[in-house]
Amino acid sequence: MTETVETQVLDRIITAHGQKPSAVIAILQDIQEHYRYLPAGVFPYLAKALKISQSGIYSVATFYENFSLLPKGKYVFKICDGTACHVRKSIPILERLRAELDLSEEKPTTDDLTFTVETVSCLGACGLAPVLTVNDKVYPAMTPDKASELLNSLKEELKNA
Amino acid sequence: MLKTREDLKAFRALCQKAVKAEPRKILVCAGTGCIAGGSLDVYAKLKEVMAAKGLNCSVQMEVEAGIPDVALKKSGCQGFCDMGTLLRIEPQGWIYTKVKPADCEEIIEKTILKGEHIGRLAYHHEGRACKCAAEIPFYAKQTRVTMARCGEIDANYIEEYIAAGGYEALEKALFEMDSDRIIREITESNLRGRGGGGFQTGKKWSQVARQKETVRYVVCNGDEGDPGAFMDCGVMEGIPHQMLEGMIIAGYATGASEGYIYVRAEYPRAVERLRGAIAQAEAKGLLGDNILGSGFSFRLRINRGAGAFVCGEGSALTASIEGKRGMPRVKPPRTVEQGLFGKPTVLNNVETFAAVPLIIEKGAQWYRSIGTETSPGTKAFSLTGNIRNTGMIEVPMGTPLKEVIFGVGGGMREGATFKAVQIGGPSGACLTNDHMDLPLDFDSLKKVGAMIGSGGLVVLDENTCMVEVARFFMNFTQKESCGKCAPCREGTRRMLEILERIVAGEGRDGDLEMLEELADTITATALCGLGKTAASPVISTIRSFRSEYEAHIYEKRCPAGSCQKLKRITIDPELCKGCSKCAKVCPVGAISGKVKEPFVIDGNTCIKCGACLTTCPFQAIKEA
Repeated sequence: MTETVETQVLDRIITAHGQKPSAVIAILQDIQEHYRYLPAGVFPYLAKALKISQSGIYSVATFYENFSLLPKGKYVFKICDGTACHVRKSIPILERLRAELDLSEEKPTTDDLTFTVETVSCLGACGLAPVLTVNDKVYPAMTPDKASELLNSLKEELKNA
Repeated sequence: MLKTREDLKAFRALCQKAVKAEPRKILVCAGTGCIAGGSLDVYAKLKEVMAAKGLNCSVQMEVEAGIPDVALKKSGCQGFCDMGTLLRIEPQGWIYTKVKPADCEEIIEKTILKGEHIGRLAYHHEGRACKCAAEIPFYAKQTRVTMARCGEIDANYIEEYIAAGGYEALEKALFEMDSDRIIREITESNLRGRGGGGFQTGKKWSQVARQKETVRYVVCNGDEGDPGAFMDCGVMEGIPHQMLEGMIIAGYATGASEGYIYVRAEYPRAVERLRGAIAQAEAKGLLGDNILGSGFSFRLRINRGAGAFVCGEGSALTASIEGKRGMPRVKPPRTVEQGLFGKPTVLNNVETFAAVPLIIEKGAQWYRSIGTETSPGTKAFSLTGNIRNTGMIEVPMGTPLKEVIFGVGGGMREGATFKAVQIGGPSGACLTNDHMDLPLDFDSLKKVGAMIGSGGLVVLDENTCMVEVARFFMNFTQKESCGKCAPCREGTRRMLEILERIVAGEGRDGDLEMLEELADTITATALCGLGKTAASPVISTIRSFRSEYEAHIYEKRCPAGSCQKLKRITIDPELCKGCSKCAKVCPVGAISGKVKEPFVIDGNTCIKCGACLTTCPFQAIKEA
């Protein structure tokens, strides 16, 4: 299956980084920022533009944790599971959010593409552990209850939007 | 654009004059920690309050501008993350802690307009308000050398760094020293790689300078992936120019004209500050062609990581910059011979580059006067976990562990007892009470089977299960294993499976021996440094806490009371009133009994979810 991609968007990104194989990671990062994931249609287009094989690009995209081949939700929760957050009990927060949204490690995104829940390794805000981020905004010193509250406020926000 | 050394000197004089002219300053900590705690809201509120009071407040130092009433600045990490949002008031040098937007009105009214100290916002030690850093044990017990400017200047403007003596070392290097002199100075300083390896920086540089190939690269490893370490983040965000200066000097000394900074994806603010810093340095002519008319040209690029821990390893990092999968390769050839794009490459860590300008400016002799004989200088650590003072610290190499934990760190959090400190992340080890006098330096740590790693110190209390800690790190390493070599790919998986069984109460006789054997094999045969050290957390916890492992395996008991599956939940028949609430909430029907008589939990059916614990109105249900 090949989803349609906007070639102008891809061309703009490719030009910004230079049409060379070494730029592939930076290009994929910008594409992911635009679509919130890497649509399958990206691979044949990039392969031609950068003169590397589709499998080569695919191997890079699947190697790095940050790339996602599946669409993510509008709000992405990332629960820090670095050492400091882990010893200050980050897992119960993760479990609470997953339970409330009926998600799991295998199914990180809700069907309506509203919420994604995943873990992230150390965000460097260890002094305020445990932390989580929602679309890169950091929330310090979290508890399962505070996470539920946050989730509810986001749901409210959606309803009112 | 500064075209000559004299131009830079003249510009520095202007910057210093402008800094001196600022009568009052508020430095709001804008490190990752404080921003997460809302420091930007405090910044905005301060600005708003000052505008409302008609104060002329400058947010960017400009050399030609008039004198403001107050200069409001965003500093890099001030270190004491636990006390955020931190404010530094100059010229008094007062430090305000836990500042909220609601405090801003009072700060402007009393401190800025009347010069009065607000005791309520000060840090309190033993009931006494500490006004300045020198009175706060957390700061007073540190030796800030590399990080001295971090938190004291606005991190966003090159003028501030130049005013604080920045780029003086570059001047000296370009106009008073040649490549040999610089490399000799760095070699004599015995600066060792702060990324964990501890390799001599001077040796690395001289090996690159000696290569026949003339295209060479300088690469900065900002892929600080160890969970629990954030000092490099602090440097990149707080003193980006100091690191750039170190890289330019490295380029000049080794004959490279291009450099790359590899920053991990989880540090968006570091990327933003570095981008800003590079653009400013280019605009001022401190990066680019013919720097200050010296004939030396140097350019810098930033590469963002994409979430692979293994990219902190040198050859994986260079592969990632080349746009490939970040997998280590067999060495030799070493990075100094064939690194990035197959060319000779100087690859150093963030903190190492940040130390270079200081050594060039003040000399190798001075640097060696700090720290120990074989590990000179200072080391930054991030202090986290169940300790009172969490934050980013810097101490001389060789500082005893207890000085760090109980001096700088202020000891354990309320009610907690020290159990161990995990140093060096997934490649590191646990130090215990027996190691309190151990000097923290490269060689002493190596002797006890630990390593400085990148400098993360995670303090654990008696409620932390050491088997679970070992499982946590093995889970991390296993997930991050790149899969290239079998010992790491397969071995870590097998070790993880065993550890998972043990914490689930399914440990077997022989498990410990198997873990030790696997650890030996992985350590001896894995391809890269990450694989070779992957078993360290397990080995060190078995060594220091063997009885804890044995309790899990043979008694099916977790001494720390932390492993969920080994918990026993019981109902106290004396306290139970037989209300049946627990039985209704139990998701697996493990609780039974007659109403108004004590209920019981069937231990075999119970999944230890704890739902009954919070439901019981009589606190009759206990966990052990």
